[in-house]
Amino acid sequence: MTEASNEKRGRRMMRLFIHRFRQNRWMLAAAVVCVLAVHMIADGAGPVAIAIAVLLVCAALAPSRMPRERAAEAVAAAGHHALEGMSGEHLAAAVTDPLIVFDGDGAIVHANQAAFDAFGNLTPGILLLLKFRAPEMQEMIQSVLFGRVSSREIDYVERVPIERAFRVTASAVGRGTGLYVLVFKDQSEARRIDRMRADFIANASHELRTPLASISGFVETLRGPARDDAAARDHFLQIMQNQTVRMARLIDDLLSLSRLEMRPTLKPGVRIDLRGLVQNVIDSLAPLAAETGVSIERDFPDMTLEVYGDRDELFQVFENLLENACKYGQSGGRVAISIAGPLSSPEGETTVTIRDFGPGIAEEHIPRLTERFYRVDAGASRAQKGTGLGLAIVKHILARHNARLSIRSTLGEGAAFTVHFPPA
Amino acid sequence: MQSHHIVSAYDDELKFLTRKIAAMGGHAERMVDQAIVALVNADPELAQQVVRDDATLDEAEREIDDRAIVIIAKRQPVAGDLREIIGAIRISADLERVGDLGKNVAKRVVAVAEGRQPVSLYRGLQALAELALTQLKEVLDVYASRSVERIEFVRDRDNQIDAMYTSLFRELLTYMMEDPRNITPCTHLLFCAKNIERIGDHATNIAETIYYVVTGDQMPPERPKQDKTHRVTLAVDTQ
Ligand SMILES: Nc1ncnc2c1ncn2[C@@H]1O[C@H](COP(=O)(O)OP(=O)(O)OP(=O)(O)O)[C@@H](O)[C@H]1O
Ligand SMILES: [Mg+2]
Repeated sequence: MTEASNEKRGRRMMRLFIHRFRQNRWMLAAAVVCVLAVHMIADGAGPVAIAIAVLLVCAALAPSRMPRERAAEAVAAAGHHALEGMSGEHLAAAVTDPLIVFDGDGAIVHANQAAFDAFGNLTPGILLLLKFRAPEMQEMIQSVLFGRVSSREIDYVERVPIERAFRVTASAVGRGTGLYVLVFKDQSEARRIDRMRADFIANASHELRTPLASISGFVETLRGPARDDAAARDHFLQIMQNQTVRMARLIDDLLSLSRLEMRPTLKPGVRIDLRGLVQNVIDSLAPLAAETGVSIERDFPDMTLEVYGDRDELFQVFENLLENACKYGQSGGRVAISIAGPLSSPEGETTVTIRDFGPGIAEEHIPRLTERFYRVDAGASRAQKGTGLGLAIVKHILARHNARLSIRSTLGEGAAFTVHFPPA
Repeated sequence: MQSHHIVSAYDDELKFLTRKIAAMGGHAERMVDQAIVALVNADPELAQQVVRDDATLDEAEREIDDRAIVIIAKRQPVAGDLREIIGAIRISADLERVGDLGKNVAKRVVAVAEGRQPVSLYRGLQALAELALTQLKEVLDVYASRSVERIEFVRDRDNQIDAMYTSLFRELLTYMMEDPRNITPCTHLLFCAKNIERIGDHATNIAETIYYVVTGDQMPPERPKQDKTHRVTLAVDTQ
């Protein structure tokens, strides 16, 4: 299927859709009242209810040439300016929740942008029953299609790639139009707040136990055997300070991860100058580089490279990667950062590679690094005040940007972490 | 008029098969997901439910086989239609296996729950299952959209799944060697990991079948690796 023909087909379907609306406008006007009533009772008129109402009202008021609908004409004259040229497609686009219109065969007639953003490919013609396979969705779509009920509502959860929960309504559009509409209301936030609380407590209590135990052990020693030993006291206090830094960091990281999980889809991004961003990261980590004795080498192209996304989040990605390279690759003495434009890869990706020359990472650990709290060598990481959350955060942020991380390493030669941004 | 009727009845028969496949896919996805949730949360009731749900898939596979045979006998389909029907038989067999593997994971929940293992092991299993489920979902999405142009993503993810499995395998072995009391629960977890890895394989098989159904050709073999460094891509690919 080519895109152009799909588009044409989509348009034709929309015209048909509107035509049917016109033919049934009186019935639809009645439906407006019902839909509004139902939504008001359910949870106040949300944007969906309003948009559906506008959709139906506009169909009902559309100018008519048939004499027996003079009354409508009078009303139409009043609303003429505002509604002229308004298409169902525009109205669907104005709805911020995913909305899919489908026909009696269960084939998609139109899906708005929000639906495409949420569920990917929803080209007109695709059968809904093939796309939404969860048993409760199948049941709902079928019961509406086969006319057992005119409207149904269910809760629907998608687990992969990112967990999202929706309250989904399927309803027939008017009566006898042969069209149906599926509207998704995002419930992820409420669900996630619960989960986040539980996760946060579980993770925090588990991970804070070790540093707390070590601090309390040192306090005991300081009050007892090491009471008068000045050298030991200093040493222990240093360790205790490191542990508290680590705990503070752990909490920051956990919060940051929880925030990301709360809002798995990105807010509308801005254009970001990649070279500028990476340079800022390098500048901000200059103290760490100096402290670890690592020199940072750059290989940036001459042209400006832009990506779409959230500046702060992407900053965090490169900060985490560069920090790891300095900490774990310290023995190599240098870190190389290179940026490559879309012309340098067959996939047209823009990439940023951060390469260190330290000990590298053994093969069996590489696939696991982005798991929460995963550390190759827990002892070494702890000495670096590591929490094992850095790369989990990186993975999360990149998923939101449709970007990906690849890791290559040969033991003894260092590791290279590459961020791939999809072609614009 | 008459012939039109026959054609549309034939169409309906074919559509029935594809819908049934999608419904099977939905059940299989749900079973695997719930089996993992049951395993991680040590929830024997949920595990029981997964074991019961497997009957639905077995039944659906039989129904698809029967219908497919009737269609072949009655309509004597050729070319694309024949591929569609044979494809349905093959995909339903793979989905039925996915259900079996999910059921097998669910059956181990009780045994594993007896000796709780380190959290990191469960995180690893979850990550593996997430990959396999994403693979299954995206492959079945391609069955809906028929857009096989980018189906090669399954090869990359299949490699990720293998790498993740190998890593888990080693980790489990270390735990077993550390303490003999870990051997029994870790063996169960090892089988769970193996099952999940095989679910990924079945998803890849399904992708190959879809490619064949749509194009009439075999899916191109994997591109040779460019280099020998150990690399892994971690991503939530969107197809
Ligand atoms: N460049 C690298 N070379 C070798 N090992 C690395 C490198 N980057 C990461 N690792 C390993 O991956 C593990 C996970 O890294 P991650 O950034 O997620 O956590 P961390 O650095 O321990 O903690 P945080 O970043 O939260 O302070 C590290 O503990 C380390 O063992
Ligand atoms: Mg780190």
